[in-house]
Amino acid sequence: MSLLFVATGLVGGMSTVFTTVWSYFSRAPYFGAPRFLESRAWRLVYAAGLVIGAAAWLATLGVPEVTRVPMWQLAVGGFIAGFGARLSNGCTAGHGICGMASLQPPSMLAVAIFLATAMLTARAVRAFA
Amino acid sequence: MKPAAAAWVLASGALFGFGLALSTMVRPEVVLDFLLWHDMGLLLVLGGGVAVTFVAYRLAPRLMARPWLGGEFRRHPSEMGARTLGGAAIFGVGWGLSGVCPGPAIAGLGTGNWPLAIALAGLVLGAYVQGRFFGGDSP
Repeated sequence: MSLLFVATGLVGGMSTVFTTVWSYFSRAPYFGAPRFLESRAWRLVYAAGLVIGAAAWLATLGVPEVTRVPMWQLAVGGFIAGFGARLSNGCTAGHGICGMASLQPPSMLAVAIFLATAMLTARAVRAFA
Repeated sequence: MKPAAAAWVLASGALFGFGLALSTMVRPEVVLDFLLWHDMGLLLVLGGGVAVTFVAYRLAPRLMARPWLGGEFRRHPSEMGARTLGGAAIFGVGWGLSGVCPGPAIAGLGTGNWPLAIALAGLVLGAYVQGRFFGGDSP
């Protein structure tokens, strides 16, 4: 994110790409907002970079692994996280790194809140599952 | 986007993806262990990421008139309000349930941890429902 900013001036959160990909397929007005249309190309390239970097790790230092977290937790948790991150306009990357690194109070509060609800949820799942 | 900028964005993303994999943040088991306070190692990952990015965000605009490859230094202000804070609470529930957040879900496509694609599909679908039905007046 530092390198991205120093060279291009872009603020590299991650979750916005999930909204901007829909701007290619959906005519719903929200997805057509200027800030999504103007950033959708570099966000896709950035996401492709993540996949390449992770694949480079697998090819060099990495050990292949298949998670044992139950599929329903991945599916339902993913859906809830996607909805929440976009409503909040930020995730662990956007609020957690970019927002905190620029000392923005709303992001700091958002991080405190999502860490708390995530810890509570993980504990509840462990207790009941 | 100019080719040089696109190449740089790709390389920055690749470094981020490599880092997420190397730091084990791409493993839902490790994230859930962190959230259960069994292994606090990810605190160092988050802290390190924030520290380095803090320095870059502070210094770059002071030392340089504009970014290396042109354009301008952007700011992405977050807004104090019910959407930001309520959304964060909802995001945390999903993160605590799955152990997966957006960066690792995307990077997971490269590590061969195929069930993460299920979480990725959930994230993309959740973003659709938010934008389609809960977009509000001003995105």
